[in-house]
Amino acid sequence: MGLTIAEKILGRTSGKKSVKPGQYVTANVDLAMVHDSMGPITEILSRVGVERVWDSEKIVCLLDHWNPPSTVRDAEMYKQIRSAIKKFNIKYFYGQNAGICHQVLFEKGHILPGKLIVGADSHTLIYGAFGAAAAGIGFSEMAYVLTTGKLWFRVPETIALKIQGTLPSRVTSKDIILFLAGKYSVDVAQYKAIEFSGEVCKEMTLSSRMTMTNMSAEIGAKFAFFEPDERVKEYLKGRTNETFASIKPDADALYEQMYEEDVSHLEPQVAFPFSVDNVKPISKVGPIKIDQAVVGSCTNGRLEDLRMAAEVMKGKKVHPDVRMLIIPASAEVYQNAVHEGILNQLIESGAIICNPGCGPCMGGQMGLLASDEVCITSTNRNFKGRMGSSESELYLASPATVAASAVTGRIMDPREI
Amino acid sequence: MISNLRGRVWKFGDHIDTDVMTSGKYLNLPMEDIKRHVFEAIRPKFSQEVKPGDIIVAGRNFGCGSSRETAPAALKALGIGAVVAESFARIFYRNAIAIGLPAIVCSKVGGLLKDGDEAEISFNDGKIINGASKKSFDFVPFPDEMLQILECGGIEGLLKQFIRDQR
Repeated sequence: MGLTIAEKILGRTSGKKSVKPGQYVTANVDLAMVHDSMGPITEILSRVGVERVWDSEKIVCLLDHWNPPSTVRDAEMYKQIRSAIKKFNIKYFYGQNAGICHQVLFEKGHILPGKLIVGADSHTLIYGAFGAAAAGIGFSEMAYVLTTGKLWFRVPETIALKIQGTLPSRVTSKDIILFLAGKYSVDVAQYKAIEFSGEVCKEMTLSSRMTMTNMSAEIGAKFAFFEPDERVKEYLKGRTNETFASIKPDADALYEQMYEEDVSHLEPQVAFPFSVDNVKPISKVGPIKIDQAVVGSCTNGRLEDLRMAAEVMKGKKVHPDVRMLIIPASAEVYQNAVHEGILNQLIESGAIICNPGCGPCMGGQMGLLASDEVCITSTNRNFKGRMGSSESELYLASPATVAASAVTGRIMDPREI
Repeated sequence: MISNLRGRVWKFGDHIDTDVMTSGKYLNLPMEDIKRHVFEAIRPKFSQEVKPGDIIVAGRNFGCGSSRETAPAALKALGIGAVVAESFARIFYRNAIAIGLPAIVCSKVGGLLKDGDEAEISFNDGKIINGASKKSFDFVPFPDEMLQILECGGIEGLLKQFIRDQR
Protein backbone atom coordinates (compact mmCIF):
# COMPACT_ATOMS: atom_id res chain seq x y z
CA MET A 1 0.00 0.00 0.00
CA GLY A 2 1.33 3.44 -0.95
CA LEU A 3 1.88 6.27 1.49
CA THR A 4 0.77 9.91 1.67
CA ILE A 5 3.28 12.69 2.42
CA ALA A 6 2.15 12.83 6.07
CA GLU A 7 2.60 9.06 6.49
CA LYS A 8 6.09 9.17 4.94
CA ILE A 9 7.29 11.98 7.21
CA LEU A 10 5.79 10.58 10.43
CA GLY A 11 7.15 7.13 9.53
CA ARG A 12 10.68 8.47 9.05
CA THR A 13 10.68 10.61 12.21
CA SER A 14 9.25 7.88 14.42
CA GLY A 15 11.66 5.24 13.08
CA LYS A 16 8.91 3.04 11.68
CA LYS A 17 8.80 1.42 8.26
CA SER A 18 5.23 2.42 7.72
CA VAL A 19 2.52 4.07 9.78
CA LYS A 20 -1.25 4.09 9.37
CA PRO A 21 -3.88 6.76 9.98
CA GLY A 22 -5.17 6.64 13.55
CA GLN A 23 -1.90 5.24 14.90
CA TYR A 24 -0.14 7.15 17.70
CA VAL A 25 3.62 7.60 17.36
CA THR A 26 6.35 9.43 19.23
CA ALA A 27 8.41 11.31 16.66
CA ASN A 28 11.74 13.15 16.64
CA VAL A 29 11.09 16.73 15.59
CA ASP A 30 13.41 18.28 12.95
CA LEU A 31 12.76 21.93 13.83
CA ALA A 32 10.87 23.91 16.47
CA MET A 33 9.65 27.48 16.02
CA VAL A 34 8.77 29.81 18.89
CA HIS A 35 7.81 33.48 18.80
CA ASP A 36 6.43 35.68 21.60
CA SER A 37 5.11 32.39 22.97
CA MET A 38 8.67 31.93 24.27
CA GLY A 39 7.53 34.16 27.19
CA PRO A 40 5.15 31.66 28.79
CA ILE A 41 7.32 28.76 27.56
CA THR A 42 10.32 30.24 29.38
CA GLU A 43 8.25 30.34 32.57
CA ILE A 44 7.45 26.64 32.21
CA LEU A 45 11.11 25.76 31.50
CA SER A 46 12.30 27.59 34.58
CA ARG A 47 9.50 26.17 36.76
CA VAL A 48 10.52 22.64 35.76
CA GLY A 49 14.23 23.42 36.09
CA VAL A 50 15.32 22.87 32.48
CA GLU A 51 18.98 23.87 32.14
CA ARG A 52 19.61 23.07 28.50
CA VAL A 53 17.57 22.56 25.36
CA TRP A 54 17.64 19.44 23.23
CA ASP A 55 19.44 21.06 20.28
CA SER A 56 20.19 24.79 20.18
CA GLU A 57 20.58 24.66 16.37
CA LYS A 58 17.13 23.20 15.74
CA ILE A 59 15.17 25.95 17.45
CA VAL A 60 14.23 29.19 15.71
CA CYS A 61 12.88 32.17 17.63
CA LEU A 62 11.85 35.72 16.82
CA LEU A 63 9.45 38.33 18.15
CA ASP A 64 6.44 39.35 16.08
CA HIS A 65 3.09 39.41 17.89
CA TRP A 66 3.59 42.43 20.18
CA ASN A 67 6.54 43.94 18.42
CA PRO A 68 7.59 46.63 19.17
CA PRO A 69 6.06 46.45 22.66
CA SER A 70 3.32 48.98 23.31
CA THR A 71 3.07 48.37 27.06
CA VAL A 72 5.71 48.05 29.76
CA ARG A 73 4.37 44.59 30.52
CA ASP A 74 5.06 43.43 26.96
CA ALA A 75 8.51 45.04 27.05
CA GLU A 76 9.30 43.11 30.24
CA MET A 77 8.21 39.89 28.55
CA TYR A 78 10.45 40.62 25.56
CA LYS A 79 13.36 41.27 27.90
CA GLN A 80 12.75 37.93 29.60
CA ILE A 81 12.65 36.13 26.24
CA ARG A 82 15.92 37.69 25.05
CA SER A 83 17.63 36.60 28.22
CA ALA A 84 16.29 33.04 27.84
CA ILE A 85 17.61 32.97 24.25
CA LYS A 86 21.09 33.80 25.59
CA LYS A 87 20.83 31.31 28.43
CA PHE A 88 19.91 28.45 26.09
CA ASN A 89 22.32 29.62 23.41
CA ILE A 90 19.65 29.48 20.68
CA LYS A 91 21.53 29.84 17.40
CA TYR A 92 18.74 31.14 15.17
CA PHE A 93 17.22 34.13 16.96
CA TYR A 94 16.03 36.74 14.46
CA GLY A 95 15.14 39.29 17.08
CA GLN A 96 12.68 42.10 16.63
CA ASN A 97 13.32 43.39 13.12
CA ALA A 98 12.75 40.40 10.83
CA GLY A 99 8.96 40.23 10.61
CA ILE A 100 6.34 37.52 11.06
CA CYS A 101 7.75 34.15 12.12
CA HIS A 102 6.23 32.14 9.28
CA GLN A 103 7.45 34.44 6.52
CA VAL A 104 10.92 34.77 8.03
CA LEU A 105 11.44 31.01 8.41
CA PHE A 106 10.90 30.59 4.67
CA GLU A 107 13.20 33.51 3.85
CA LYS A 108 16.01 32.27 6.08
CA GLY A 109 15.97 28.84 4.47
CA HIS A 110 14.71 26.83 7.46
CA ILE A 111 11.79 25.25 5.65
CA LEU A 112 12.81 22.24 3.60
CA PRO A 113 10.71 19.51 1.97
CA GLY A 114 10.09 16.44 4.11
CA LYS A 115 10.90 18.03 7.49
CA LEU A 116 8.80 17.54 10.60
CA ILE A 117 8.32 20.97 12.16
CA VAL A 118 6.36 22.12 15.19
CA GLY A 119 5.62 25.72 16.03
CA ALA A 120 3.91 27.36 18.99
CA ASP A 121 1.48 28.99 16.58
CA SER A 122 -1.66 27.69 14.95
CA HIS A 123 -0.59 28.76 11.44
CA THR A 124 2.58 26.65 11.53
CA LEU A 125 1.13 24.31 8.92
CA ILE A 126 1.91 27.05 6.35
CA TYR A 127 5.35 25.36 5.95
CA GLY A 128 3.62 22.59 4.02
CA ALA A 129 3.75 24.96 1.03
CA PHE A 130 7.31 23.56 0.65
CA GLY A 131 6.32 19.98 1.49
CA ALA A 132 7.16 20.04 5.21
CA ALA A 133 4.89 18.37 7.77
CA ALA A 134 4.31 21.26 10.13
CA ALA A 135 1.84 21.54 12.97
CA GLY A 136 0.96 24.05 15.66
CA ILE A 137 1.24 23.09 19.32
CA GLY A 138 0.78 24.90 22.65
CA PHE A 139 3.21 26.30 25.23
CA SER A 140 3.46 23.26 27.51
CA GLU A 141 4.00 20.85 24.64
CA MET A 142 6.60 23.22 23.18
CA ALA A 143 8.43 23.28 26.53
CA TYR A 144 8.50 19.49 26.28
CA VAL A 145 9.79 19.57 22.68
CA LEU A 146 12.48 22.18 23.43
CA THR A 147 13.76 19.92 26.19
CA THR A 148 13.38 16.46 24.65
CA GLY A 149 13.08 16.97 20.87
CA LYS A 150 10.16 14.54 20.84
CA LEU A 151 6.39 14.66 20.76
CA TRP A 152 3.45 12.32 20.29
CA PHE A 153 1.48 12.52 17.04
CA ARG A 154 -1.63 10.88 15.76
CA VAL A 155 -1.03 9.83 12.17
CA PRO A 156 -3.70 11.75 10.28
CA GLU A 157 -5.97 10.63 7.50
CA THR A 158 -5.21 12.58 4.32
CA ILE A 159 -7.70 14.28 2.04
CA ALA A 160 -6.83 15.33 -1.50
CA LEU A 161 -8.00 18.70 -2.80
CA LYS A 162 -7.56 19.02 -6.53
CA ILE A 163 -7.93 22.53 -7.93
CA GLN A 164 -8.48 22.65 -11.69
CA GLY A 165 -9.00 25.29 -14.36
CA THR A 166 -7.43 28.76 -14.49
CA LEU A 167 -7.94 31.55 -11.97
CA PRO A 168 -9.64 34.66 -13.38
CA SER A 169 -7.94 38.04 -13.05
CA ARG A 170 -7.98 39.58 -9.54
CA VAL A 171 -9.20 36.30 -8.08
CA THR A 172 -6.52 34.79 -5.84
CA SER A 173 -5.59 31.72 -3.82
CA LYS A 174 -7.26 33.42 -0.82
CA ASP A 175 -10.54 33.31 -2.71
CA ILE A 176 -10.01 29.60 -3.41
CA ILE A 177 -9.44 28.70 0.23
CA LEU A 178 -12.34 30.88 1.44
CA PHE A 179 -14.54 29.23 -1.18
CA LEU A 180 -13.47 25.78 0.06
CA ALA A 181 -14.20 26.77 3.68
CA GLY A 182 -17.62 28.09 2.67
CA LYS A 183 -18.51 25.02 0.67
CA TYR A 184 -17.13 22.33 2.99
CA SER A 185 -17.21 24.03 6.45
CA VAL A 186 -14.54 24.89 9.01
CA ASP A 187 -14.05 21.32 10.18
CA VAL A 188 -13.86 19.49 6.85
CA ALA A 189 -10.17 18.73 7.42
CA GLN A 190 -10.31 18.42 11.20
CA TYR A 191 -7.28 16.52 12.51
CA LYS A 192 -6.44 15.55 8.91
CA ALA A 193 -3.69 16.29 6.42
CA ILE A 194 -4.51 17.98 3.13
CA GLU A 195 -2.64 17.43 -0.12
CA PHE A 196 -3.34 20.18 -2.65
CA SER A 197 -2.92 19.28 -6.30
CA GLY A 198 -4.24 20.07 -9.77
CA GLU A 199 -3.22 22.42 -12.54
CA VAL A 200 -4.02 25.63 -10.63
CA CYS A 201 -1.78 24.52 -7.75
CA LYS A 202 1.05 23.60 -10.12
CA GLU A 203 0.96 27.06 -11.70
CA MET A 204 0.60 28.88 -8.40
CA THR A 205 3.36 31.14 -7.02
CA LEU A 206 4.95 30.01 -3.76
CA SER A 207 3.37 32.98 -1.98
CA SER A 208 -0.10 31.96 -3.11
CA ARG A 209 0.57 28.39 -1.99
CA MET A 210 1.56 29.72 1.44
CA THR A 211 -1.82 31.47 1.70
CA MET A 212 -3.58 28.15 1.06
CA THR A 213 -1.55 26.06 3.52
CA ASN A 214 -1.78 28.86 6.10
CA MET A 215 -5.57 29.08 5.84
CA SER A 216 -5.85 25.30 6.00
CA ALA A 217 -5.75 25.86 9.76
CA GLU A 218 -9.17 27.47 9.36
CA ILE A 219 -10.67 24.28 7.97
CA GLY A 220 -9.21 22.25 10.82
CA ALA A 221 -6.14 20.72 9.15
CA LYS A 222 -3.18 19.35 11.05
CA PHE A 223 -0.82 19.44 8.04
CA ALA A 224 -1.33 20.87 4.56
CA PHE A 225 0.96 20.08 1.63
CA PHE A 226 1.88 21.17 -1.84
CA GLU A 227 4.21 18.79 -3.63
CA PRO A 228 7.56 20.62 -3.71
CA ASP A 229 8.68 21.44 -7.26
CA GLU A 230 11.34 23.40 -9.16
CA ARG A 231 10.04 26.69 -7.78
CA VAL A 232 10.82 25.53 -4.25
CA LYS A 233 14.35 24.47 -5.26
CA GLU A 234 14.88 27.79 -7.01
CA TYR A 235 13.67 29.76 -3.96
CA LEU A 236 15.96 27.85 -1.61
CA LYS A 237 19.07 28.48 -3.72
CA GLY A 238 21.38 30.67 -1.67
CA ARG A 239 19.09 30.46 1.37
CA THR A 240 20.27 27.10 2.73
CA ASN A 241 23.37 24.93 2.58
CA GLU A 242 21.51 21.90 3.80
CA THR A 243 20.86 19.20 1.23
CA PHE A 244 17.34 17.92 0.92
CA ALA A 245 15.36 15.43 -1.10
CA SER A 246 12.01 16.15 -2.61
CA ILE A 247 8.97 14.36 -1.31
CA LYS A 248 5.76 13.24 -2.95
CA PRO A 249 2.92 10.85 -2.21
CA ASP A 250 3.00 7.36 -3.70
CA ALA A 251 0.78 6.88 -6.74
CA ASP A 252 -1.30 4.33 -4.80
CA ALA A 253 -1.47 6.35 -1.56
CA LEU A 254 -4.77 6.02 0.27
CA TYR A 255 -6.91 9.13 0.70
CA GLU A 256 -9.85 9.38 3.02
CA GLN A 257 -11.63 11.70 0.62
CA MET A 258 -10.91 13.35 -2.74
CA TYR A 259 -12.38 16.69 -3.66
CA GLU A 260 -12.12 18.42 -7.01
CA GLU A 261 -13.03 22.00 -7.86
CA ASP A 262 -12.79 23.98 -11.09
CA VAL A 263 -12.08 27.62 -10.24
CA SER A 264 -12.23 29.06 -13.78
CA HIS A 265 -15.40 30.99 -12.95
CA LEU A 266 -14.67 31.68 -9.29
CA GLU A 267 -15.67 35.14 -8.01
CA PRO A 268 -13.82 36.98 -5.25
CA GLN A 269 -15.05 35.56 -1.92
CA VAL A 270 -15.85 37.26 1.39
CA ALA A 271 -16.14 35.56 4.81
CA PHE A 272 -18.78 37.29 6.95
CA PRO A 273 -18.60 37.54 10.74
CA PHE A 274 -18.02 35.49 12.84
CA SER A 275 -16.83 32.34 11.14
CA VAL A 276 -14.37 31.65 8.34
CA ASP A 277 -16.92 29.42 6.58
CA ASN A 278 -19.64 32.08 6.54
CA VAL A 279 -18.64 32.84 2.96
CA LYS A 280 -20.43 34.61 0.10
CA PRO A 281 -19.27 35.40 -3.43
CA ILE A 282 -18.77 39.14 -3.92
CA SER A 283 -21.86 39.43 -6.14
CA LYS A 284 -24.04 38.41 -3.17
CA VAL A 285 -22.41 40.65 -0.58
CA GLY A 286 -24.60 43.79 -0.78
CA PRO A 287 -23.65 47.24 0.52
CA ILE A 288 -21.44 47.03 3.63
CA LYS A 289 -19.69 50.18 4.87
CA ILE A 290 -16.24 49.74 6.35
CA ASP A 291 -14.12 51.69 8.86
CA GLN A 292 -10.82 49.85 8.49
CA ALA A 293 -9.05 47.89 5.75
CA VAL A 294 -6.00 45.72 6.50
CA VAL A 295 -3.52 44.10 4.11
CA GLY A 296 -1.00 42.04 6.02
CA SER A 297 -0.36 38.94 8.19
CA CYS A 298 1.24 35.55 7.60
CA THR A 299 -1.74 34.81 5.36
CA ASN A 300 -1.54 37.70 2.89
CA GLY A 301 1.25 40.16 3.70
CA ARG A 302 3.76 39.12 1.06
CA LEU A 303 5.15 41.07 -1.88
CA GLU A 304 2.54 39.80 -4.36
CA ASP A 305 -0.22 40.82 -1.93
CA LEU A 306 1.12 44.35 -1.53
CA ARG A 307 1.68 44.53 -5.28
CA MET A 308 -1.93 43.50 -5.90
CA ALA A 309 -3.23 46.12 -3.44
CA ALA A 310 -1.15 48.82 -5.12
CA GLU A 311 -2.30 47.77 -8.58
CA VAL A 312 -5.99 47.92 -7.58
CA MET A 313 -5.51 51.33 -5.89
CA LYS A 314 -3.34 52.92 -8.56
CA GLY A 315 -4.27 56.59 -9.03
CA LYS A 316 -7.01 56.29 -6.38
CA LYS A 317 -7.36 57.47 -2.80
CA VAL A 318 -8.40 55.66 0.38
CA HIS A 319 -11.97 56.68 1.25
CA PRO A 320 -11.95 59.51 3.86
CA ASP A 321 -13.94 57.38 6.37
CA VAL A 322 -11.49 54.47 6.16
CA ARG A 323 -8.22 53.74 7.99
CA MET A 324 -6.11 51.55 5.73
CA LEU A 325 -3.20 49.60 7.18
CA ILE A 326 -0.49 47.95 5.09
CA ILE A 327 1.68 45.55 7.08
CA PRO A 328 4.51 43.89 5.14
CA ALA A 329 5.02 40.35 6.43
CA SER A 330 8.78 40.76 6.81
CA ALA A 331 11.70 43.15 6.48
CA GLU A 332 12.57 41.45 3.18
CA VAL A 333 9.05 42.01 1.86
CA TYR A 334 9.19 45.61 3.13
CA GLN A 335 12.48 46.33 1.35
CA ASN A 336 11.36 44.75 -1.90
CA ALA A 337 8.11 46.71 -1.77
CA VAL A 338 10.13 49.91 -1.28
CA HIS A 339 12.37 49.08 -4.25
CA GLU A 340 9.41 48.34 -6.48
CA GLY A 341 7.81 51.67 -5.55
CA ILE A 342 4.75 49.85 -4.17
CA LEU A 343 4.85 51.45 -0.75
CA ASN A 344 5.34 54.93 -2.13
CA GLN A 345 2.28 54.49 -4.27
CA LEU A 346 0.22 53.13 -1.36
CA ILE A 347 1.29 56.08 0.81
CA GLU A 348 0.18 58.46 -1.93
CA SER A 349 -3.17 56.70 -1.94
CA GLY A 350 -3.47 57.41 1.77
CA ALA A 351 -2.56 54.07 3.36
CA ILE A 352 -0.67 53.78 6.65
CA ILE A 353 2.46 51.58 6.43
CA CYS A 354 3.10 49.66 9.67
CA ASN A 355 6.20 47.78 10.75
CA PRO A 356 6.45 44.10 9.77
CA GLY A 357 4.72 41.87 12.33
CA CYS A 358 1.34 40.45 13.25
CA GLY A 359 -0.21 43.89 13.80
CA PRO A 360 -3.89 43.87 14.75
CA CYS A 361 -4.62 40.40 13.27
CA MET A 362 -5.00 38.74 16.66
CA GLY A 363 -6.07 41.84 18.51
CA GLY A 364 -2.65 42.53 20.00
CA GLN A 365 -1.97 46.07 18.88
CA MET A 366 -1.77 48.59 16.02
CA GLY A 367 -5.24 49.06 14.57
CA LEU A 368 -7.83 47.71 17.00
CA LEU A 369 -11.54 48.30 16.37
CA ALA A 370 -14.06 50.27 18.41
CA SER A 371 -17.61 49.03 19.04
CA ASP A 372 -19.73 48.83 15.89
CA GLU A 373 -16.70 49.35 13.66
CA VAL A 374 -16.38 47.18 10.58
CA CYS A 375 -13.11 45.99 9.08
CA ILE A 376 -12.27 44.12 5.90
CA THR A 377 -8.99 42.30 6.20
CA SER A 378 -6.65 39.98 4.31
CA THR A 379 -5.84 38.18 7.59
CA ASN A 380 -7.10 34.76 8.62
CA ARG A 381 -9.80 34.89 11.30
CA ASN A 382 -13.01 36.84 11.82
CA PHE A 383 -14.05 35.54 15.23
CA LYS A 384 -16.04 37.77 17.55
CA GLY A 385 -13.80 40.35 19.19
CA ARG A 386 -10.69 39.07 17.41
CA MET A 387 -9.41 42.51 16.32
CA GLY A 388 -10.69 44.63 19.20
CA SER A 389 -14.16 45.32 20.57
CA SER A 390 -16.54 42.37 21.01
CA GLU A 391 -19.03 44.60 19.20
CA SER A 392 -16.89 45.05 16.07
CA GLU A 393 -17.17 43.04 12.86
CA LEU A 394 -14.52 41.45 10.63
CA TYR A 395 -14.85 40.40 7.00
CA LEU A 396 -12.10 38.30 5.41
CA ALA A 397 -11.08 38.68 1.77
CA SER A 398 -8.14 38.79 -0.63
CA PRO A 399 -5.77 41.79 -0.71
CA ALA A 400 -7.42 42.83 -4.02
CA THR A 401 -10.88 42.95 -2.46
CA VAL A 402 -9.55 44.73 0.64
CA ALA A 403 -7.85 47.37 -1.53
CA ALA A 404 -10.95 47.95 -3.67
CA SER A 405 -13.03 48.29 -0.50
CA ALA A 406 -10.59 50.76 1.04
CA VAL A 407 -11.10 53.05 -1.95
CA THR A 408 -14.89 52.92 -2.09
CA GLY A 409 -15.51 52.75 1.67
CA ARG A 410 -17.70 49.68 1.28
CA ILE A 411 -17.00 46.05 0.42
CA MET A 412 -16.22 46.17 -3.27
CA ASP A 413 -15.56 43.79 -6.15
CA PRO A 414 -11.91 44.34 -7.19
CA ARG A 415 -12.79 43.54 -10.81
CA GLU A 416 -15.13 46.51 -11.00
CA ILE A 417 -12.92 49.32 -9.78
CA MET B 1 -5.87 7.34 37.92
CA ILE B 2 -7.96 10.37 37.07
CA SER B 3 -10.74 11.16 39.57
CA ASN B 4 -14.38 11.00 38.58
CA LEU B 5 -16.40 14.17 38.26
CA ARG B 6 -19.85 15.48 39.05
CA GLY B 7 -20.94 18.99 38.15
CA ARG B 8 -23.26 21.41 36.44
CA VAL B 9 -23.34 21.36 32.66
CA TRP B 10 -22.55 24.52 30.72
CA LYS B 11 -23.69 23.89 27.20
CA PHE B 12 -22.21 25.46 24.09
CA GLY B 13 -22.83 25.05 20.37
CA ASP B 14 -20.56 24.22 17.43
CA HIS B 15 -17.27 25.91 16.47
CA ILE B 16 -16.61 27.71 19.76
CA ASP B 17 -13.26 29.43 19.11
CA THR B 18 -10.36 30.22 21.42
CA ASP B 19 -10.74 33.97 20.80
CA VAL B 20 -14.09 33.96 22.63
CA MET B 21 -12.58 31.84 25.41
CA THR B 22 -9.66 34.19 25.99
CA SER B 23 -9.59 37.22 23.75
CA GLY B 24 -6.27 38.40 22.30
CA LYS B 25 -6.60 41.73 24.06
CA TYR B 26 -6.29 40.08 27.50
CA LEU B 27 -3.62 37.52 26.65
CA ASN B 28 -0.74 39.28 28.34
CA LEU B 29 -2.58 39.81 31.63
CA PRO B 30 -2.10 37.56 34.66
CA MET B 31 -4.34 34.46 34.68
CA GLU B 32 -6.34 35.91 37.59
CA ASP B 33 -7.49 38.66 35.21
CA ILE B 34 -7.73 36.58 32.04
CA LYS B 35 -10.14 34.12 33.63
CA ARG B 36 -12.62 36.89 34.46
CA HIS B 37 -13.13 37.47 30.71
CA VAL B 38 -13.72 33.88 29.62
CA PHE B 39 -16.60 33.71 27.08
CA GLU B 40 -17.18 37.43 27.62
CA ALA B 41 -18.27 38.05 24.01
CA ILE B 42 -20.86 35.27 23.96
CA ARG B 43 -21.79 34.55 27.59
CA PRO B 44 -20.76 37.51 29.75
CA LYS B 45 -21.74 36.12 33.19
CA PHE B 46 -20.06 32.74 32.74
CA SER B 47 -16.91 33.48 34.69
CA GLN B 48 -18.88 34.71 37.72
CA GLU B 49 -21.34 31.84 37.80
CA VAL B 50 -19.18 28.83 37.02
CA LYS B 51 -18.17 26.60 39.96
CA PRO B 52 -15.26 24.22 40.50
CA GLY B 53 -16.04 20.79 39.07
CA ASP B 54 -18.49 22.09 36.46
CA ILE B 55 -18.44 20.49 33.04
CA ILE B 56 -18.53 22.09 29.61
CA VAL B 57 -20.57 20.23 27.00
CA ALA B 58 -20.19 21.39 23.42
CA GLY B 59 -20.91 20.51 19.82
CA ARG B 60 -18.52 20.14 16.91
CA ASN B 61 -15.02 21.62 16.58
CA PHE B 62 -14.74 23.02 20.12
CA GLY B 63 -11.68 25.25 20.53
CA CYS B 64 -11.08 26.12 16.89
CA GLY B 65 -8.73 28.96 15.99
CA SER B 66 -5.62 30.17 17.74
CA SER B 67 -3.16 27.80 19.42
CA ARG B 68 -3.24 29.85 22.63
CA GLU B 69 -2.92 27.50 25.58
CA THR B 70 -4.41 30.30 27.64
CA ALA B 71 -7.83 29.10 26.46
CA PRO B 72 -7.92 25.68 28.18
CA ALA B 73 -5.75 27.07 31.00
CA ALA B 74 -8.35 29.75 31.78
CA LEU B 75 -11.13 27.11 31.80
CA LYS B 76 -9.05 25.06 34.22
CA ALA B 77 -8.32 28.14 36.33
CA LEU B 78 -12.09 28.69 36.66
CA GLY B 79 -12.35 25.15 37.99
CA ILE B 80 -13.83 23.42 34.95
CA GLY B 81 -13.29 19.70 35.53
CA ALA B 82 -13.65 18.45 31.96
CA VAL B 83 -14.80 19.46 28.52
CA VAL B 84 -16.96 16.99 26.62
CA ALA B 85 -17.57 17.72 22.95
CA GLU B 86 -18.84 16.01 19.84
CA SER B 87 -15.44 16.87 18.35
CA PHE B 88 -12.49 19.13 19.15
CA ALA B 89 -10.23 21.36 17.12
CA ARG B 90 -6.82 19.72 17.11
CA ILE B 91 -4.62 22.19 18.96
CA PHE B 92 -7.18 22.92 21.69
CA TYR B 93 -7.48 19.19 22.24
CA ARG B 94 -3.71 18.75 22.56
CA ASN B 95 -3.39 21.78 24.80
CA ALA B 96 -6.19 20.67 27.12
CA ILE B 97 -4.55 17.27 27.62
CA ALA B 98 -1.15 18.94 27.95
CA ILE B 99 -2.34 21.07 30.88
CA GLY B 100 -4.23 18.18 32.48
CA LEU B 101 -7.78 19.20 31.55
CA PRO B 102 -9.62 16.10 30.31
CA ALA B 103 -11.00 16.72 26.80
CA ILE B 104 -13.53 14.00 26.13
CA VAL B 105 -14.89 13.08 22.72
CA CYS B 106 -18.47 11.81 22.72
CA SER B 107 -20.40 12.23 19.49
CA LYS B 108 -23.81 11.76 21.17
CA VAL B 109 -23.33 14.04 24.18
CA GLY B 110 -25.58 16.77 22.70
CA GLY B 111 -28.69 14.61 23.12
CA LEU B 112 -27.79 13.50 26.62
CA LEU B 113 -27.35 16.78 28.45
CA LYS B 114 -28.74 20.28 28.36
CA ASP B 115 -27.55 23.48 29.97
CA GLY B 116 -27.97 23.40 33.76
CA ASP B 117 -28.20 19.58 34.01
CA GLU B 118 -26.01 17.71 36.42
CA ALA B 119 -23.55 15.33 34.77
CA GLU B 120 -21.20 12.67 36.04
CA ILE B 121 -18.06 11.46 34.34
CA SER B 122 -16.69 8.06 35.22
CA PHE B 123 -13.16 7.72 33.88
CA ASN B 124 -12.88 4.09 34.99
CA ASP B 125 -15.90 3.03 32.94
CA GLY B 126 -15.38 5.61 30.19
CA LYS B 127 -18.92 6.92 30.60
CA ILE B 128 -20.67 10.25 30.72
CA ILE B 129 -23.89 10.09 32.71
CA ASN B 130 -26.94 12.35 33.04
CA GLY B 131 -27.20 12.87 36.83
CA ALA B 132 -31.02 12.92 36.86
CA SER B 133 -32.02 10.23 34.33
CA LYS B 134 -28.86 8.10 34.82
CA LYS B 135 -28.79 7.64 31.06
CA SER B 136 -25.23 7.37 29.83
CA PHE B 137 -23.01 7.19 26.79
CA ASP B 138 -19.52 5.78 26.37
CA PHE B 139 -16.79 8.17 25.38
CA VAL B 140 -13.74 7.52 23.21
CA PRO B 141 -11.04 6.14 25.52
CA PHE B 142 -7.73 7.99 25.82
CA PRO B 143 -4.73 6.36 24.10
CA ASP B 144 -1.77 5.53 26.34
CA GLU B 145 0.23 8.61 25.30
CA MET B 146 -2.48 10.92 26.60
CA LEU B 147 -3.38 8.86 29.64
CA GLN B 148 0.23 9.08 30.76
CA ILE B 149 0.11 12.88 30.45
CA LEU B 150 -3.25 13.21 32.24
CA GLU B 151 -2.06 10.98 35.07
CA CYS B 152 0.95 13.28 35.55
CA GLY B 153 -1.49 16.22 35.79
CA GLY B 154 -0.22 17.51 32.44
CA ILE B 155 2.85 17.34 30.22
CA GLU B 156 4.76 19.52 32.69
CA GLY B 157 4.64 16.60 35.11
CA LEU B 158 6.05 14.34 32.40
CA LEU B 159 8.78 16.86 31.71
CA LYS B 160 9.69 16.91 35.42
CA GLN B 161 10.08 13.12 35.24
CA PHE B 162 12.33 13.49 32.20
CA ILE B 163 14.54 16.02 34.00
CA ARG B 164 14.73 13.76 37.08
CA ASP B 165 15.72 10.77 34.92
CA GLN B 166 18.37 12.87 33.18
CA ARG B 167 20.05 13.74 36.47
